[in-house]
Amino acid sequence: MKTQTRLKAHLLDEQGIQKALTRIGHEILERHRQTQGIALIGIRSRGEMVAQRLARILNELGGTQVPVGALDITLYRDDLSLISASPVVHATDIPFDVQGRKIVIVDDVLFTGRTVRAALDALADLGRPESIELAVLVDRGHRELPIKADYVGKNVPTAQSELVQVRLKEVDGADEVVIESRRPTNKEDTFGDAGETVSRPGGDK
Amino acid sequence: MTRWTRKDLLGLEELSREELLLILDQAKAFQQVSLRSIKKVPALRGKTVALCFLEPSTRTRTSFELAAKRLSADILQIQPSSSSLVKGETVLDTARAIEAMQVEIVVIRHSTSGVPAMVARAIRSSVINAGDGSHEHPTQGLVDLFTILEKKGRIEGLNVLIVGDILHSRVARSNLWGLTRLGAKVTVCGPPTLIPTGIESFGAKVSYRLEEPLGAADVLIALRLQMERQQEKYIPSSREYTRLYGIDREKLKGAKPDLILMHPGPVNRGVELSPEVADGPQSVILEQVTNGIAVRMAVLYLVAGAHSGSADSPVDAAVHPEPFESPQGKRSLT
Repeated sequence: MKTQTRLKAHLLDEQGIQKALTRIGHEILERHRQTQGIALIGIRSRGEMVAQRLARILNELGGTQVPVGALDITLYRDDLSLISASPVVHATDIPFDVQGRKIVIVDDVLFTGRTVRAALDALADLGRPESIELAVLVDRGHRELPIKADYVGKNVPTAQSELVQVRLKEVDGADEVVIESRRPTNKEDTFGDAGETVSRPGGDK
Repeated sequence: MTRWTRKDLLGLEELSREELLLILDQAKAFQQVSLRSIKKVPALRGKTVALCFLEPSTRTRTSFELAAKRLSADILQIQPSSSSLVKGETVLDTARAIEAMQVEIVVIRHSTSGVPAMVARAIRSSVINAGDGSHEHPTQGLVDLFTILEKKGRIEGLNVLIVGDILHSRVARSNLWGLTRLGAKVTVCGPPTLIPTGIESFGAKVSYRLEEPLGAADVLIALRLQMERQQEKYIPSSREYTRLYGIDREKLKGAKPDLILMHPGPVNRGVELSPEVADGPQSVILEQVTNGIAVRMAVLYLVAGAHSGSADSPVDAAVHPEPFESPQGKRSLT
């Protein structure tokens, strides 16, 4: 499904993304005092890349190696029965025990909150962390569930019909966050890139 | 990546290379669900899977049952002895009744080739063939592909040797379709009476002597000598079969050291496999059983997706490349 989009505004460039993540790193350290016991879990696919970058920052600040995992939430989505073809499932890759750890879930964009709800359910099936927090690069509002991020790189007021695109060097060749406007389409877009229901490179968030 | 659009999984013959690779890729993602302490994901919550095993089976049925349970689906067991089939109800009427109870997926095993395809055409629910007559056993074929891929890292270019009763084996049919589509070189081997004539035209080489193709083989799939299919008519004795085609340590001396040995189970120990090779270092038989769950989870998940929202998608929209044929006509390889 292709939608007509028009670039509306640049939100963050490469430097902006780096600054936002560095600030999140400092906030995590401030709240926990040390990186010991903290582990990052990125939601596939761009959340994982953001988590990797955040881990590098935390490693520099805290002097310890912060473990990073990748979580695929496809099987925990609440809209599986609404989608025409099963979305592709990717492997969850968490190389450490979540039991007793302070987990920070990392995603690129926080929108409806449904992805985070699915991630919480998925995490609960892997063990019982001591605590779970949420860090996002961009919070664009329009929550449909009672979910709030603990660490936000940038708050952006958006219209429901707009798209927030996070592009990262690892997959998109460049680092930037932009808003695009489009005609409103059906609801399934709101789940973001995790489900790949849309063919857009950045996923609709 | 390709999307799965088929309502049913009836055989590997009709699947494209891309569809095969999609299932194998998805099975990889489902593998880790069975390795953690909570072996369950909510993907098929609220969906019902009917297991209609109208021919005896332990491992395929339990494998499907565990796969469906680990996807949080509800399970309905239809046993021939306790169902209306013994009262003379036809399979189609049973299937329609199951469909009328809003069951999303029907898994069928039947001793007659083509029954799953016939049922699939008659009902809206997804149908998965769990083995029909001597036609196909697609999920076992997928398990074997997945196991080879896991062990060897590739399928293309491998020499795969299938030994045994090719004539009656649905596993051999599914293996042949899947392996050749993914680029493996397949040789079938067995007594001439158990090799269907004309099988060369399906892309397989034929050998009546085990020693010749064994030296080049990367994978050896030993088939079960199916005593229940009156094999005494086809071979002089199972002892002679064992002497010529039974795999033992002595015969494996002529094989590559990294050959992997597979068997769809259940094994007739001492007939097609000697106990020391069935339990030996080259055997991956138990890994096949383990992989069966991940592969069947992937298949259930994919057909469930193609089926969702079916209230307004007509049955005709599903892909049925092959019309139902009579059991006789279905034996296209014989």
